[in-house]
Amino acid sequence: MTREMIIAGFGGQGVMAMGKTLIEAGLKEGYNVSWVPSYGPEMRGGTANCSVVISDEPIGSPVVTQPTELIAMNGPSLSRFEPLVEPGGLILVNSSQVENPSCRHDVRCYLVPCMEEAGKLGNFRVANMVMLGAYIKATGAVRMDTIKEMLGAIFYGPKAHLVALNIRALEAGAKYAE
Amino acid sequence: MTQIVYERSAGLQDVDTHYCPGCHHGIIHKLIAEVLAEMDLLDIAIGISPVGCAVLAGNYLNCDFVEAAHGRAPAVATGIKRTRPDKLVFTYQGDGDLASIGAAEIVHATARGEKFSTIFINNAIYGMTGGQMAPTTLIGQKATTAQDGRDPILHGNPIRMAEMLSTLEGMAYCERVCVADIPSLMKARKAIKKAFTLQMKGVGHTFIEFLSTCPTNWGMSPVDAGKWLKSTMCAYYPLGVIKDTTAKEAEK
Amino acid sequence: MQKELWKGNEAIAEAAIRAGCRAYFGYPITPQNEIPEYMSKHMPKAGGVFVQAESEIAAINMVYGASATGVRAMTSSSSPGISLKQEGISYLVGANLPAVIVNMMRGGPGLGTIQPGQADYFQATRSPGHGDGHMIVLAPSGIQEAADLIRDAFELADKYLTPVMLLADGMIGQMMEPIIWKETSPLPEVDKPWAADGRDGDGKTHFVSSLRLESDVNERFVLSLKDRYAKIARDEVRYKSIGCENADLVIAAFGTTARIAQSAARKLDEEGLKVGLFRPITLWPFPYDALAEIAARDSVKAVLTVEMNLGQMHEDVRLAICGSKPTPFYGRTGGMVPEPRHIADKVRDILREMEL
Repeated sequence: MTREMIIAGFGGQGVMAMGKTLIEAGLKEGYNVSWVPSYGPEMRGGTANCSVVISDEPIGSPVVTQPTELIAMNGPSLSRFEPLVEPGGLILVNSSQVENPSCRHDVRCYLVPCMEEAGKLGNFRVANMVMLGAYIKATGAVRMDTIKEMLGAIFYGPKAHLVALNIRALEAGAKYAE
Repeated sequence: MTQIVYERSAGLQDVDTHYCPGCHHGIIHKLIAEVLAEMDLLDIAIGISPVGCAVLAGNYLNCDFVEAAHGRAPAVATGIKRTRPDKLVFTYQGDGDLASIGAAEIVHATARGEKFSTIFINNAIYGMTGGQMAPTTLIGQKATTAQDGRDPILHGNPIRMAEMLSTLEGMAYCERVCVADIPSLMKARKAIKKAFTLQMKGVGHTFIEFLSTCPTNWGMSPVDAGKWLKSTMCAYYPLGVIKDTTAKEAEK
Repeated sequence: MQKELWKGNEAIAEAAIRAGCRAYFGYPITPQNEIPEYMSKHMPKAGGVFVQAESEIAAINMVYGASATGVRAMTSSSSPGISLKQEGISYLVGANLPAVIVNMMRGGPGLGTIQPGQADYFQATRSPGHGDGHMIVLAPSGIQEAADLIRDAFELADKYLTPVMLLADGMIGQMMEPIIWKETSPLPEVDKPWAADGRDGDGKTHFVSSLRLESDVNERFVLSLKDRYAKIARDEVRYKSIGCENADLVIAAFGTTARIAQSAARKLDEEGLKVGLFRPITLWPFPYDALAEIAARDSVKAVLTVEMNLGQMHEDVRLAICGSKPTPFYGRTGGMVPEPRHIADKVRDILREMEL
């Protein structure tokens, strides 16, 4: 199976980091993975996106033009990439930052209020982890435990308390994809 | 019994140069050669020759040489001195090479305080290509591309490279010299020695500008060329130390 | 050995340091900026030299200087900057100096775009700078291969005293993939008796130069290059052919485009169409004989060239096949990346037309 994703949003929403976290988890679970960022002026304040492929086959094109899965962290990203999603695909929308979110009817769609959930946890910076939790729950692309193990390696020493916060964010997101 | 009273410097190869009669390149080569030999630097010296009349300097001086593209000698020297900091590295560039096509390279090498020495030969003309106007050609001076003489309205004014580069923090020692008479020549020799000494101490960029003759393209006899250098060139390009960041230290 | 995730540009920089590169000179230009950034941090730790040059011209000339003294040196840039380096590359050829140059191509001409391109193929393979020279051109299609080829590039540069270009594109530079570091030790030191690193014990001087004023001397030099190039063409050609046995159609593509074409081939395979992929790894020397042999097979009806340009490698493909089979072309250019489905459409069209 080959998952071809686009993750898109404003610069600073942790879009690139979400993609990197997913491919790292995919690699740990033995998948072939690739990650390609959009680069250039759009990285400086506009919308940013990355192509992520997670596959049990060797990866040909790393550029995703017909995603099987889309994570849209803001309105412009949803309008730009929603029409490209393969029928039967999956769209996750950060409903905190999209007015009147609506989705195509031929895809699975989940609305995740990332900012609200991150706010409840007292740290807006984990909004992307809320979304990641929803994505993993919705797809099973990688195991939640793999991500949790990785958090331990990222946050240690004086930052160790962030592990628990991020795990709570993942779990908060997962509830929206049940 | 015979006694050697004069011989070729160990810093020169045993070949004839291709320079024109009255040209100062040969004298300047000899001064560099003598200083390298005297300071026992011939085994560790690496010169970078320019594109211009001195392109074959590596055939004349008795040390290693690298021939650079036109104007790029300061970049080539940067690559050499940074990777071989224990070597004595010097460029030898003309005015077209250094002040025109290689202006960016010399400005930035100086700004970075690259620890090599520049020997800049300013004869106010393009020699090898046949007397075209150089950035250092004087106002009114005739050139094959400025046949009525350099006109500041049309061509701008000549650049005083030594002064301009001395505004940069990376310049440690900068002096303008010539070899048109014996006292000047002795001063020039001292300047080279000082530049090489400071280079080996790693103080920063060291730069010696030589006012030089080109009788062939100036259309003068060697004697008249020497006179014109001292009267006309020196008036626009004054001789002397332009910058010496080590002077105060030396006073102590 | 464990797989690690590396961004292309950073993997290339790390691979160079691991291979024994000890001098890097560069200038910022997208999409290769991670190379000088990585080098600025890690090269000094490896005991090497990093200088951010004032221009690409200065950078290649710094490489020239370092290489002239026998140091393994490299630079990197992207298309517009590589144009500026042409002068220096020609001088490297003329002075018999090894060097490694990375070109993370972007769409041109002019300032163009910062998105991936492959339109510097002619510039890289026909003649680097002015004069009768060549350089070895290596084209990776992924991060693992890019890292592996950088090591090979330094080895080939020293072996043949020639500049070697790693010709990739913004996609390879920017993407992240898992790789394995296969070689851990630097390349062995090579004896360079010609290096201008100070006089030999017997007072013998070295003069590194590309100037040969006497035309007959210069001709003899260029003829010696010709002999060297013939040897390189005989011994160093590299390519990969995938699924070309009994293929109905073979796609010829290099670098990023090759892997995109491979996705298309896989898609077509599911439909029962046999599509092979021929991927040159050395663009110069080009694997003419290998491609000719594959194209000559009875099953192969056509060789489709796919590139991110208007048909540059296409010329080499046509030279290899010499009119014995149809050689259609499909390309995107100016920074646009071909999509697998469009390549697949093109293949279906070609095969349908040929059946008519």
